[in-house]
Amino acid sequence: MTTILFIEQVLNGLQFGVMLFLMAAGLTLVFGVMGLINLAHGSLYMVGAFAAAAVAGATGSFLLALIAALAAAAAAGALVELLIIRRLYARDHLDQVLATFALILIFSEGTRWLFGSFPLYLDIPDYLSGPVTLPGGIHYPLYRLALIAAGLAVAAGLFLLISRTRLGIQIRAGESDREMIAALGVDISKLYTIVFALGAALAGLAGALVGAIQSVQVGMGEPVLILAFVVIVIGGIGSIKGALIGALMVGLTSTLGSIAMPALFRMFMDNSAASATGSAVSSMLIYILMAAVLVWRPKGLFGGAV
Amino acid sequence: MNREFLINMVLLLGLAVVPLWAMAGDAPFTITLATKVAILALAGVGLNIALGIGGLISLGHAAFFGIGGYAMGILASHAQSYTALMEWPILIEGTKFMPVIWLVAVAASALAALVIGALSLRTSGVYFIMITLAFGQMFYFFAISWPAYGGEDGLSIYVRNGFPGLNTLVPIHFFGICYSLLVLALWFNACLAKSPFGLALNASRQCPERVETVGLSPFRLRLTAFVISGAITGLSGALFADLNRFVSPTMFSWQTSGEIMVFIILGGVGRLYGPVAGAALFITLEHFLGGLSEYWHIYLGVLLLLVVLFARGGIIGMLAGRQVAHD
Amino acid sequence: MTNPILATHGITKTFGALKACDKVSIELRPGEIHAVIGPNGAGKSTLIKQICGNLTPDAGRIELLGRDVTGLSTQARAGAGLARTFQVSALAMEDTALQNVTLGALGARGGAFSMFRSALNNSALRSTAMDALGRVGLADQAATRTAELSHGQRRQLEIAVALTLKPKAFIMDEPMAGMGAEGSKRMTGFLDRLREQAPILLVEHDMDAVFALADRLSVLVYGKIIATGTVAEIRANAQVRHAYLGGDA
Repeated sequence: MTTILFIEQVLNGLQFGVMLFLMAAGLTLVFGVMGLINLAHGSLYMVGAFAAAAVAGATGSFLLALIAALAAAAAAGALVELLIIRRLYARDHLDQVLATFALILIFSEGTRWLFGSFPLYLDIPDYLSGPVTLPGGIHYPLYRLALIAAGLAVAAGLFLLISRTRLGIQIRAGESDREMIAALGVDISKLYTIVFALGAALAGLAGALVGAIQSVQVGMGEPVLILAFVVIVIGGIGSIKGALIGALMVGLTSTLGSIAMPALFRMFMDNSAASATGSAVSSMLIYILMAAVLVWRPKGLFGGAV
Repeated sequence: MNREFLINMVLLLGLAVVPLWAMAGDAPFTITLATKVAILALAGVGLNIALGIGGLISLGHAAFFGIGGYAMGILASHAQSYTALMEWPILIEGTKFMPVIWLVAVAASALAALVIGALSLRTSGVYFIMITLAFGQMFYFFAISWPAYGGEDGLSIYVRNGFPGLNTLVPIHFFGICYSLLVLALWFNACLAKSPFGLALNASRQCPERVETVGLSPFRLRLTAFVISGAITGLSGALFADLNRFVSPTMFSWQTSGEIMVFIILGGVGRLYGPVAGAALFITLEHFLGGLSEYWHIYLGVLLLLVVLFARGGIIGMLAGRQVAHD
Repeated sequence: MTNPILATHGITKTFGALKACDKVSIELRPGEIHAVIGPNGAGKSTLIKQICGNLTPDAGRIELLGRDVTGLSTQARAGAGLARTFQVSALAMEDTALQNVTLGALGARGGAFSMFRSALNNSALRSTAMDALGRVGLADQAATRTAELSHGQRRQLEIAVALTLKPKAFIMDEPMAGMGAEGSKRMTGFLDRLREQAPILLVEHDMDAVFALADRLSVLVYGKIIATGTVAEIRANAQVRHAYLGGDA
């Protein structure tokens, strides 16, 4: 029983982790290449989820919904980059924080205005719903397995994109030496728009995928954004590999902590006090993990000099 | 006497005159709004010490605001239910006495700032922003999942806490308390900015290598500033909770951190009275735009964007000219 | 022989495959100006950073007044009597010249945690600060914002901040850099007198200044000291002529 629960929680942790990775990868790319801290990344996650919910509602097709999420988030990202974000690259971090905070307000209230305050629901398609039986007799939702697979596939694609393609070379050059890419004749402003839209598309995809197992509502992006920040602090800014490992660590810590902590406190407390204390402590666990990494390696596990 | 000084005095006097005038006109709600401005400005003054002088972009000041709020909520709820906060190893009872509540709020938020600061000041730049934001969120989730003090629903206090010689239930009395604390904090901030500590902190924002090379530690300067900053914001949290007679995890939310920072930028970064102007504008907008449209945050967002992109000096900057005062 | 004020003993620093500093031993004796010269990339900056505590050597020891300071932080070394000036001025640009030197005076006083008194109205701090500004000839510019000072004036201000620390040794990283001929000449005269107060470890590209000032010279090439001696000895050293001055210079 407990091993089954444990394996389930590990799978939940992986699923949570790969979705966090989709968020964190975009953030860390945008920071690595453009030196921009983008608080509005969570809004793009929300845009993806709403676009998916709206299209799924209208067409009934989950696949079209995902495509819509990618397209809407990428378009929103590109638009925001062209109109506002590019004015912020040369500014200090305070301006970036405040301007992207302003964007959150605009995105959130705009979405509320368009869709109302009530949550929308995005249904899991029939072909991905229901449990599957894993070796060992564990029943686990097929959709969550599909999320893990999709997340890992995107991660693999991203690694290939960065290590093998022309765009990847430009991105890496942008991270290490900004003047260099200009000297190579790369159109920097186009590259920046592409990188920003790519990050936005990843966030939108994550929003749509997660939207099917949670409700789609205004403000859904920011808690995920903050967790993605924790991921980046743990993994190191600018490192895709760090983002992946940090995301899996945070995902696993979060889900395993929520069963381990109450169990731990049950050893020396009565049942209800233990679950209360346990859940309170487990809510802090990933931040404690972050603090521990900070003490040990202030630049994150894979962070270079920043 | 320069123009910024005049603007500051007009602001400060205006904030005192509006509620007095409202009292004469029997408009208690306006007094409550002015009280809210004073309290939120105090939170901003706190953040401004870290941000304006020290250059520490903390997106986690909601942690201190909330700790101050919960210090009030926890002490007052025990006092109102006549239960002890703690019986062992020492007996700690609740209280409805404001000065004690303030002291606890200041001490608790200073302690939290010391721990958060010691960890997050190991880094700088974007890391610092993300880490403070994350720690703020940690308190938020903790407050939600800790059931003893209301969890997600928060805590209500039936009667406002007391202050000797005043009837705090009379709006103008409570306003007087909040206003006095704001003036005190502004005075302290003005002293600090000119003091050796302020000079060294200001230099460690501009050029930490220089500060190290003369034998001073930027880390210790920043940590001290962060603790003072957190303590003042914590005090304002206790007052805010007393104003509403209610605390909830919302005080810990990242939006709260963002809003405290918005007061500073609307008023003008690096301006002593920036938070006062910013909080006054924010509350005015919330009151009037909020009455016009449910979606007033869109307008706030657009205004903030315009200020960041085109009017970096904020309101005070526009009125007083570009130069930030240096003397 | 008198004990050196500052000495490095075989300090070594590698970055990956690059040996930026290879068993460097150097001494700064009382009253002298000891110049370190060498081509770009020879490791002069790495040497200064290790002496001042911005980098920790992989091996070797650094002693100040006979005390091992290898493990101390930058600020502890400053407290122990080391004053550094930077190649590219490191000053609080928004602050006035007076505020910058007052910072130095605060450092010399050993702390800046007083919060209720004005720093600039404190008579002790002010006299230390004004005295230092006066010595470098910047007394008239006390109230000028550093960003508005000329390049040469900022170099002077750097030295003024160092003076307020009343150091046991000065470490100067290219104090003449970017100064005109006139400025260099004045700075040379000033440093010439300054050595009586405390010895100077001088890293400098301006050879006229080096030859005019240095009591001794060390030549750093590829992280190694290839020769140390008086100006005359170095001028005559064949190895130096070959490696540094380019064969038949």
